Amino acid sequence: MTATKANIISALRKDILSLQGIRHDSNNSRLDKTIGILKNAFPDNSFPIGVMHEFIVESAEDAVVTNAFVASIVNPLMFDCGPVIWIGNNAVVFPPALKAFGIAPEKIIFIELKKEKEMLWVIEEALKCEGLAAVIGEIKELSFTQSRRLQLAVEKSKVTGFIIRNNPRVINITACVTRWKITSLPGENVGHLPGVSFPRWNVELLKVRNGKPGAWQIEYNAGRFRYNHKIAAIAQQLQQKTG
Amino acid sequence: MQRRFISIWFCNLATDWMVRRNPALKDIPFVLVAPDHGKMKVTVANLQAQRDGIYKGMALADARTINHTLHYFNDEPGREIKLLTALAKWFIRFTPSIAVDNNDGLLLDVTGCAHLWGGENSYLTDMHNRLQNFGYNHRLAMADTIGAAWAVARFGKGNCIIENGQHAAALLPLPAAALRIETVITERLQKLGLVQIKSFIQMPRTALRRRFGKELLQRLDQAMGTEEETIQSIIPSELFFERLPCMDPIATRKGIEIALERLLDALCNRFVQEEKGMRNAQLKCYRVDGKIETIAIGTNHPSCNSKHLYRLFEDKIATIEPALGIELFVLEAPVVEDLSAVQEKLFAGNAELNDIGLAELLDRIGGKIGVQNIHRYVPDGHYWPERSFKKATDMNEKITTEWKLDRPRPLQLLKHPAAIEVTAPVPDYPPMNFRYKGKLHSIAKADGPERIEQEWWLQDGQHRDYYCVEDEEGHRYWLFRLGHYDVAKSYGWFLHGFFA
Repeated sequence: MTATKANIISALRKDILSLQGIRHDSNNSRLDKTIGILKNAFPDNSFPIGVMHEFIVESAEDAVVTNAFVASIVNPLMFDCGPVIWIGNNAVVFPPALKAFGIAPEKIIFIELKKEKEMLWVIEEALKCEGLAAVIGEIKELSFTQSRRLQLAVEKSKVTGFIIRNNPRVINITACVTRWKITSLPGENVGHLPGVSFPRWNVELLKVRNGKPGAWQIEYNAGRFRYNHKIAAIAQQLQQKTG
Repeated sequence: MQRRFISIWFCNLATDWMVRRNPALKDIPFVLVAPDHGKMKVTVANLQAQRDGIYKGMALADARTINHTLHYFNDEPGREIKLLTALAKWFIRFTPSIAVDNNDGLLLDVTGCAHLWGGENSYLTDMHNRLQNFGYNHRLAMADTIGAAWAVARFGKGNCIIENGQHAAALLPLPAAALRIETVITERLQKLGLVQIKSFIQMPRTALRRRFGKELLQRLDQAMGTEEETIQSIIPSELFFERLPCMDPIATRKGIEIALERLLDALCNRFVQEEKGMRNAQLKCYRVDGKIETIAIGTNHPSCNSKHLYRLFEDKIATIEPALGIELFVLEAPVVEDLSAVQEKLFAGNAELNDIGLAELLDRIGGKIGVQNIHRYVPDGHYWPERSFKKATDMNEKITTEWKLDRPRPLQLLKHPAAIEVTAPVPDYPPMNFRYKGKLHSIAKADGPERIEQEWWLQDGQHRDYYCVEDEEGHRYWLFRLGHYDVAKSYGWFLHGFFA
């Protein structure tokens, strides 16, 4: 009896999530494998695809780190899906470097535009196109209405959208399902090996609908996120110390 | 279908044009002159001047003695051809195939056109009236063959229709010159008293060939219709095109939209039947005042989807200026490709780069913001970072070399390396710190150098020694030293990219 009740409740929960625009495909397990424990922050313990994600960027260095984070998430999305459209304001990324994140650069279509208005139009049109793996847009400002339009577009087409907001004037409320902030951390060398180590990022999930926001220290290594609990612990201690 | 041709002869094309430009010249004698062997000679004289006894080829000085108030203007070689070509383009409203005939006439293939005007009579009258309104003196004739139409326009009554099959009878009383033969042959015929066509048409062909050559027989056959003759239209006919003439001139957006929709539907139906798709198309709008407005679109994939093509055109309709109105729409598809068979996908949502939905999206984006803003990159076989990739020419281009993965490359590469100030005390070692955009970064970790040589066969310059560095905050950069480390400090340090 209780088992059926639990079933009904979980089914209802899923219905609510889908009504809120969060959908789960059976094939996002590949993505969850990549992101590791980060998935626990999301409803249903799975990275939401087919929704809008928003990234806040404050400096040129962070912009690159954010691009890298987005690229590492897009990689599993592209596995059995179509191409990606990347809309930015000028030569956004160095295509050969994308290969290091597992993405075939020739499967990305770059659209370079100057005007924000045109960019928004292109992003919306692209998000409406079913069959794309993802659409990445780099724009500065995004009003609530605009974000609502984009979110409605993806709910129909099931394309995942990433909006990277470089130095926005105001961080306003948007209809995006998540809001992230990615910054870089000093890398840590294994043993006494010299040189530059694997990239290490501080991933802050500032906002997530029906999930648990949080912060993680991540090392990107061969297509996987590795969590450094030591660093996290130290950071927590520092936080406690400083109060 | 019975072929029908019209020949138009412009009797005084150059002078009529001068009058059209300057109506004050209408009733006064004037001539056009051009230098010839150090003398100004009359090339064209108008009717009034001819009445005074001034003729073509006369020296201007002689002409001025006859009439000292004679006006004269410089003639421009090739003006007639230019005028006729423009007129021929204007004539597209009557028939799609028009040719310029020497430098004083036009030839029109009007097979199957006249019924649109409600008969040959009203067709010819409309043409005649319009030319009359322009102020061009002309004679036109319609017949079954080009030769007959040409002959009747110049040597017959003019402005008449030779009924179906009557062209032979119409030709008989005309002079031999009406056969478009050289003057030498005409003179020889005349010498023998063979003035009219009927006087020699019954003669044995072998005799005619022996005495007057092959040309006479050929022209005779062409005029009689026993040998086929075609005209070389100045407007190359597109294989795929649709025409829509309008009863009344159209000047509204709605009207243009309806016309476009009809044309696209008709053309796309044809494409579907022949399993073809268009790569680009243009809509030509012929205005009442003789101007032609054109809008064009292009697609990434052969398309026969009229809705999609209509959406591409839709953005550009606003650029058409209808002015007083458009009387003819022509939709052409100059580039047509075979349509690859569309197969229903078993699993939806598995789009590749040649997916139709994506192609249509890119068409729309390209139509609105310009194709030059859409890029796709493929690897190029160079180590020099700026040359390690290139723009793909189209969406279907396959990669020919592999992307290189052996060396770390920054996710963002500056288009132009930014000069930085560094502290680098040890030669060929990475710097201790550097200043970029006013901020000092002290370097905690570094890798390198990776030397990349300039490709001397492409560009002169020094090599670069690249270092990956990480500063104390964890930001990673790609720096390089241009040239060798030396005491004279002829080298420079640059920041070229950001790592993730």
